[in-house]
This record gives sequence, structure tokens and C-alpha cells, in this order.
Amino acid sequence: MSPGAPAGPASDLVGPAASDWETVVGLEVHCELKTVTKLFCGCPNSFGDEPDTNVCPVCLGLPGSLPVLNEQAVELAMRIGAALQAEVRPSTFHRKNYFYPDMPKDYQISQYDEPINVGGWLDLPDGSRVGIVRAHLEEDTGKTTHQGAGGRIHSADYALVDYNRAGVPLVEIVSEPDIRSAAQARTYAAELRAVLVATGASDGRMEEGSLRVDANVSVRRVGEQRFGTRCEIKNLNSLRSLARAVEHEAARQVAVLEAGGAVVQETRHWDEEAGRTIAMRSKEEAFDYRYFQEPDLVPLAPDAAWQERAAASIGLLPAARRHRLLALLGQDRTGAQEDQVQSVVDQGLDDFVVAAVSAGSPAPLALVRASNELAADVGAAQRLEPSSFAALCKLEASGELTATQAKAVLAELVEAGGGDPAAVARSKGFEAMSADSLAGVVAQVVEANPDEWRRYAAGDDKLAGFFTGQVMKVTGGKADGKAVAAELRGRREQQA
Amino acid sequence: MSSGGRPPLSRDEVAHVAVLARLALTDEELDRFTRQLAQVLDHAADVAALDLGGVVPTAHPLPLANVLRPDEPAPCLDRDEVLGAAPVVEDGRFRVPRIVGEAP
Amino acid sequence: MTSGRSAAALAAAVRAQERRAADVVEEALAAITAGDGELGAFLHVAAEEARAAAEAVDRAVADGRDPGPLAGVPVALKDNLCTRGMPTTCASRILDGWRPPYDATVVTRLRAAGAVIVGKTNMDEFAMGSSTENSAIRPTRNPRDSSRVPGGSSGGSAAAVAAGFVPVALGSDTGGSIRQPAAFCGTVGLKPTYGAVSRYGLVAFASSLDQIGPLTATVADAATMLEVIGGHDPADSTSIDRPAPRPALDAGADGLRVGLCRELVDGVAADVARQVRAAADALAAAGARVEEVSIPELGWCLSAYYLLAPAEASSNLARYDGVRYGLRKDGDDVAAMNVATRTAGFGPEVKRRIMLGTYALSAGYYDAYYAQGQKVRTRVIEAFDRAYRGVDLLLGATTPSTAFRLGERVDDPLAMYLSDVCTVPSNLAGHPAISVPFGTGDDGLPVGAQLLAPALEEPRLLAAAAVLEAAAR
Repeated sequence: MSPGAPAGPASDLVGPAASDWETVVGLEVHCELKTVTKLFCGCPNSFGDEPDTNVCPVCLGLPGSLPVLNEQAVELAMRIGAALQAEVRPSTFHRKNYFYPDMPKDYQISQYDEPINVGGWLDLPDGSRVGIVRAHLEEDTGKTTHQGAGGRIHSADYALVDYNRAGVPLVEIVSEPDIRSAAQARTYAAELRAVLVATGASDGRMEEGSLRVDANVSVRRVGEQRFGTRCEIKNLNSLRSLARAVEHEAARQVAVLEAGGAVVQETRHWDEEAGRTIAMRSKEEAFDYRYFQEPDLVPLAPDAAWQERAAASIGLLPAARRHRLLALLGQDRTGAQEDQVQSVVDQGLDDFVVAAVSAGSPAPLALVRASNELAADVGAAQRLEPSSFAALCKLEASGELTATQAKAVLAELVEAGGGDPAAVARSKGFEAMSADSLAGVVAQVVEANPDEWRRYAAGDDKLAGFFTGQVMKVTGGKADGKAVAAELRGRREQQA
Repeated sequence: MSSGGRPPLSRDEVAHVAVLARLALTDEELDRFTRQLAQVLDHAADVAALDLGGVVPTAHPLPLANVLRPDEPAPCLDRDEVLGAAPVVEDGRFRVPRIVGEAP
Repeated sequence: MTSGRSAAALAAAVRAQERRAADVVEEALAAITAGDGELGAFLHVAAEEARAAAEAVDRAVADGRDPGPLAGVPVALKDNLCTRGMPTTCASRILDGWRPPYDATVVTRLRAAGAVIVGKTNMDEFAMGSSTENSAIRPTRNPRDSSRVPGGSSGGSAAAVAAGFVPVALGSDTGGSIRQPAAFCGTVGLKPTYGAVSRYGLVAFASSLDQIGPLTATVADAATMLEVIGGHDPADSTSIDRPAPRPALDAGADGLRVGLCRELVDGVAADVARQVRAAADALAAAGARVEEVSIPELGWCLSAYYLLAPAEASSNLARYDGVRYGLRKDGDDVAAMNVATRTAGFGPEVKRRIMLGTYALSAGYYDAYYAQGQKVRTRVIEAFDRAYRGVDLLLGATTPSTAFRLGERVDDPLAMYLSDVCTVPSNLAGHPAISVPFGTGDDGLPVGAQLLAPALEEPRLLAAAAVLEAAAR
């Protein structure tokens, strides 16, 4: 960490004499860019298709084929750079030479000593700042599936390779080793994901591998200036894995050092099931990537106008988005609501809330519907028109739909990818009960439960829930909970 | 020999290079390649020894930059044709022997 | 070779319906059948495809459509040019049986111009060599003297043209692989400016040096071929974004300033040097001002070339790993399979260059070898630029000697490499150069005079080449 770099939250407590040790983490995040086509050819950049269908001579590395750089990948890389306060520089591509069957040319085209984005930083919601070393363009590899022996890499009988992913554009974002705990590592990755989604560069789907994280972890005695020997942890497929892996790896290193041993610089694999990192067996050959400038590509030097266009096209970044929702909630917001704001922004659902509030619904209601119902299936929810969500919230806010009904309608809207909430409500037979018929139902329920009514009338408010439940039962959930409560209170006051 | 001041190429270095290049060499080939590569490098020694400090390397004879392609899809290859060229396929994918060690 | 057999004459006859393309291709196929058993110029003869293509040309003519400037012209392609559905092996066992699913851009353009592809020609494996003896299939013999090599690596294409099987062929030139065999076989061989012809579909040897070009019986045909195959291609990022140059062959040499380049004459065999000086006289007789020039930096080129080209090759040839196409030899794990496949699939010269290039790029040696080679490249380009302030063209020998004997140099890689000494400078600079037959050596074998020009000055180069061609007759 550079002197004067802002301190993160308190270090995790790890190992037997944990307070003596400090965890140091730098993250490398690989972000698949949301382009239509691959980095160097016109094959579709799409996840989940039949194996080896999205391939052509270029991304299969067939003899004679040549790469041509995708303009939109450059645009998205520059947007990422702008969001991270990086400097866009003239850049070149190199070949990173090593043999691996998921790499069709047995070299990866990547930016090496002249990356497109240099420097920058990311401010985290906890107030800390993590420096960015670089964010460079490179091509993804194909996907290898290990077969036999339960698909475990070391004991597999053979492997199958699908090249659909080969050549998909990636931006690798390398942080400074400014992170000081597993929790901060997680916060950084979550915030970065939200930033990448906000720039339009990524869909943020870690579960589909469109964001992949490697963690460089070391430990050192508190007060020590030099870094300890680091290990690189691979296979971190979720934020939870990242936090757990960093935590366990730091503890492992502390244990090694406390026992008088030395940490060996190596690459380790996170085993999610076992909850530990494992040294990866590697061939005896030392890796020597023999980088040299890719002769099939020419230098890249986006002019100032293009850089400005890319920077200007970024949407609101997560920090600003959080601020916007918090402002809508006002000063008397709760901690739970602040958590909802964070998760709604992380999931890219905050525009729905803003649309609903603009259409006249209360912010807390819109926030709850977004953080519960929309978040249940983020991918599907993002196909929904914000105006559709806003109309739904309005129906609930005005009492035309009960909470239960609103949830049911929203679920259907999400599933259908849109629609008119009022029409959906009608089709489900949801209509607000008139005040008269509600009063009738309440009277009926009161009559049927005289003991409970006596206690409620005597001031035992807990029984309001009982009566509401009974009314819901009778009406099949069509009654508005608030209206029921009002009717009950009215009856009691009348009696008094 | 080697006016560039570098030690002559050793047999061990040649063996290491063969590992990097994924080639197996017999002892006889190792001896021969060591001799022949040393000869070529020796011929290049005068050039290796030139003082070219400050000279910008030329990666490319053309002064081109920013050659880009619009993000528009182009047809892919026929899967059967692609897999038909492969030595071994299984389940619509390329089959390879087990992989020892992960990608770096 | 008579102009009656030239591509231009054939295409004119086919377009005028004086000859049928079908007959022209049958003649070519018959000549190949009769003569190629001994020569070994072809690895694959695509008789059926050629007949079908010729018939299509004849139909087009009959329908009143113009099939293009190469209507019905039989063309041979070096076997490192991808041809859809037709074997493309680079004369290597590792690509045995591979049929590309696509055509190289030059192949597409040839087809569109009415050319009829008759087959794929022999070469040094992956274009690494100067004699075509490094073919994994068989060597090619020189049609002028079958005890001699045809040169390489485009030896099959040169032999096919020299033997009269086809009037024109394509080759590739990374360090002289078009010009050197052209000189040895007595044909015209043009290496265009780097980027003037798309490399898409050319199986790479050294990407920053490779160029596709024609081997032809006449200079005029070389010009026509360049017009057809040249010009911008969006599939090649290093393709120059301007149309193919339109040569003016009758421009002559009057007033042209020609530098007789000492470094390309002094070290060569006396009989070759004599012809080159005669070529200088011929240009002078046509009105050129010839002066001697010296470019000492050219003396560095061969060394730089043999650091840079193998380095790029070591990376370009990594993909032959037994996974996706071509040969596979089994192994216990994937790395062992890679090793077994590559060890069985590559010949000794390819292995040698992969080793050399891997070494030149490896940790600790990059700066001394690869980076140094690139700096030499910078100095060579600057040196050419200085020379071209005083002259319009440079003249020298294409090769240090006439064609050598089969087997003479196969066991001495360095001696073999030295046969590229006059041709590699143009590749390092990316400049165009042409070899034109000019007389014979003491052994009666053809000598090639080499003309060099600045980038994109092919018209000037071809005009001067036409003057030499006329003088040599």
C-alpha cells in the first residue's frame, strides 16, 4: 500500500494470534464485455448456446485466420476506465504464449506493457478507497469440462473443450494491494460489479462467469512495511466464495508463519465444498510467456473525441445511484432501508424505484417491492419496463390492490416480461373491496369470535392481527390489510 | 565466438527450450540442435553486439493504427464441419486427454 | 516462355471466345500429368474442381457476362494458402488431411477474376527453407536441371510456372521465398509491399514479414495478378487501406535513377554479379541513370531476420497441438499428447526454427535477440529511406548463386540460410521487390536480377522490370 492510502475497515481477526497480523489483498477481476460479437471476430458473444456453435476460423485459431479488433469492446473498455478514474493511453496487444487446450492458438492476445487504461481508483461505500493499477483488454478462453472421477480436475480421465467462449472480450481490472480484509475484498468486488453494470460494460452475472475474480493474498505483522509472500487464489465464482477464500487463505498463511514456516508463492485453487484453498499441481515447466507484440494487430490510440464520448455515455455510477435513493427516502430512513438501497443498486434495480416514486408512490413501498419481488429474479426483472413497475406500485399505494395481490401481479409481470398491471389484476379477479362489503365481512368475523372481540375491545391490540387474518380468510386475500385495521379501530371506538 | 559477450548456448538450455515448445528431442537431436542453434546465434553475434541504445524497435513495417471492426455479427462455421476436422470429439465438443495443472 | 502462353493472352482468348476455358484447363492438367511425376511441383491436383470452374467461366462467356481479367487462366497455389474443401497442408505431416472450411482472400479474389485453380504446390514445410527439400512429402526438382533444387520455399509454384504447367502461380515471401525460387527457375517473382495483399488465409510463418505474391512467366502477368489479389481487405488488420496499385508497364526507365547496390552484388558469385551488371547496363541503355550505392546496414539483415522470423514462427506454430485439426499422437495427458503430436508432425527444419524462436523470446534473451532484431529493423528502414532520397530503385542480385544441387545444403542450416541474404532486407523493411530472369550463369542456369523499391512503388518497380524483361529476350 502506498503511504497515505486511506485505511480500510479494521482487519479481520484471523489465526491464533490474529491481532498481530494484517491481511493484504489485491484483486484481479475479469469482466466479460457486453458486446454483440467477440473481441476479434463476428461470432456471437453469448452464454449458454450449444457447444462449438459460435465459432469461426478466427476464434478457433484455424491456420491462416487473422484477428480484427471490435470497436465496441474498445468503447466499453474506455467506459470502464472512465468510471474508475483511469487514464486512457495509446496501447498495443501482445501474445502471451503458453499451451492450454482451451486456448485455440496456444497464445492469448492480451495487452501487456501498454494497456488501454492506467491508474485510477474505486471508492467503496464504507468510505475506503482502493487504487487501480490497470484495466486492459484481452480475449477469453474456451471452456473445459473435466470428465470422469466426478469432474475433479486432478483425477479426471479426460476433458472436453467448447470454444464458444474463446475470443469473448474481457477487461481485466487489477487493483493495488490496498485491501485489508475479506469483508473489504467482498465490498470492493460488489461495488466494482455495480460500477461495471452501470457503465453498460457487463451484465454482472458472476454465476454465469461473466465476472471472475482472482485474489492475491498475503499477510504481514501489523506495522510491517514490506509485503509478505503472496498466493494467488483462483476459482472464486461468487462474492461469498471470495470472502471465505480470503479469510481461509489468510488464516492458513498465519498458521504457516506462526509455526515457523514460510509461505510459498504459488497459485491455489479455492475448493468451495471443502472450504479451503489447495495448491495447484502444475507441470514441472516454469511458465515463460515469451510476450511479444502481436504482429497481426496494429496499435490502438483512441482520439480525445472518442474518449470523451465514451466517458459521457456512462450512466449514473452506483455511488450516485445510492445517494439518489437515500435522498428519496429522506432523513428518517431505517438501517434496513439503507441495506435495501445498497442491494437494489448492486442489482441494477434502482431505476425502477425512481420511476415508481416519480409516478407518485411512496419510496419505502417501491423500495420494498424492488428489493424483494424484483430481486427474486433480477435477470427477468430487468426486462420489465420501469413504467409498468411504477403503475403497479401506484395501485398498491392507493389501496386498489392489497400487498398480497400486488406481489402476485408483480410476479406475473416479471415472468411475462411486462404488461399492464391493472389488466393483470383484473385477469386474476383482484379488485379492491368496497368499504360497505368490507364492513360486512368484519361484522361477520366479530360476531363469530365474541371472546377475541371482547379482549380486543378491552385494548389488547395484538388481536388486530387475528381479526385481519380471519377477514383475509373470508375474502380470499382480497381485503386491504390497512382498510381492515381501520375498520376494526372504527368499530372499537364506536363501541366505547 | 560470441562477440556479443554471451556464453555459448548450452545443451541444458536447448533442452529447456524444447520443453517450452512442447517438442521431444532425442539425445542425438539435442546435440545436433545445440550445435546448429549455436552456429546461427554465433552468426548473429555481431548484430546482437551492435550498440542500438535509443533506437525504437520496429514491431511492424506499417505505420497503421486503430484498425477496428464494427460490433456486427458474421456467420459462424457449421458445427459438423468444425468437429469433423478434429481428431477426437465427444458430445459436440473437442476431446483431449486429462489435463494436469490448471491454466496459469 | 512465349507470350502466347501468358495469362493475359489466355484470358483474352477465353473472353473473346477464341478458346474455351475447359480446353485450357485440360491442357494444363495434361501437362501436369505428363511432367509432374518427375518434378514434384504439385502436392494436390484439383482436377474436378478445376474442370467445374472452367465450365463456369465458359458459361459466363457464352451468357455474355465477363468472367474477369483472369478468365479461364489456370493458377497454381502454394499449399499454405487456404482453399475451402481442398487440402491445405503446408507440406507438413501435422496438417495431413486438413481441408480448410474457408478460402483465403486471395483465393476468393482469384476465383472472382475468373481464374481456375488447378492445384496446390509443394513447398518447404511451413515455408521454412530455401530449396523445397524441407517438404515432408517430397522434394521438387528444378525444371531447368532436375539435379538442382528449384529454390524455396515457393519451389513448387516456381517449378509449375517454369515447366509451363500454368502461366501464373501464387507463392508467399517471408525472407525471399517468392523471389529466390523465381530466380532459380527463371520466372518472374514479385513480393509486394507488406500490407498490399491481404494475408487472410495465408498460413502464417512470420506474420510481420509474410507477403503473398505472384510467380509468373511475364512481368505483365505479375502486374495483372497483383491488381487482382491486391487492395484493402477488412479481414486483415495489417492490410493497407487503398486500392491495388495500377501498374503502367510501358512507362519505361527513361530518367529513372537506379542504384546498383554494392551489398547486393559484391558478395555474390562472379557469374551472377556479371549478369546483374549487365542488367544495370540494360537499364542505362533504356535511359536510366545508374549509380553505385552502398547501404552497409543491409549486412545486418540476415542475422536480424533469423532472430525475428523464427520467434514469430514459434508462436504461430503453437496451435498445431493435436486438439482441433490435423495430426494427433496420443499421450497420457494433454501435454504429453501435444509433445507426441508436435514431435511426430514437424520436420527437423521446422523444429529447429521453433527452438530458435522460442529461445530468442524466452526470459533473459528477449532484449539481446528479439528486441535487438526489431531495432536493426528500424535502422534498416532508415537506411533504405536515406538511399531512396538519391535513387528511385535499387538493383542487385536475387540470390548469391544459381540453383544449387539437391542435398548440397540440407545438412548445413547456416549455409542454407545464407541463400536468403539478398532477399531478406525487403521483408524487414516491408518494401516491394521483384526478381526478373536475366541471362544465365556459367552453368547455364537462370540468374535473377532483383529490383527493390520503396513501399507502394510497385508501378515503378514493374515498369523497370518490364525493361529488363525486354532486354533479356
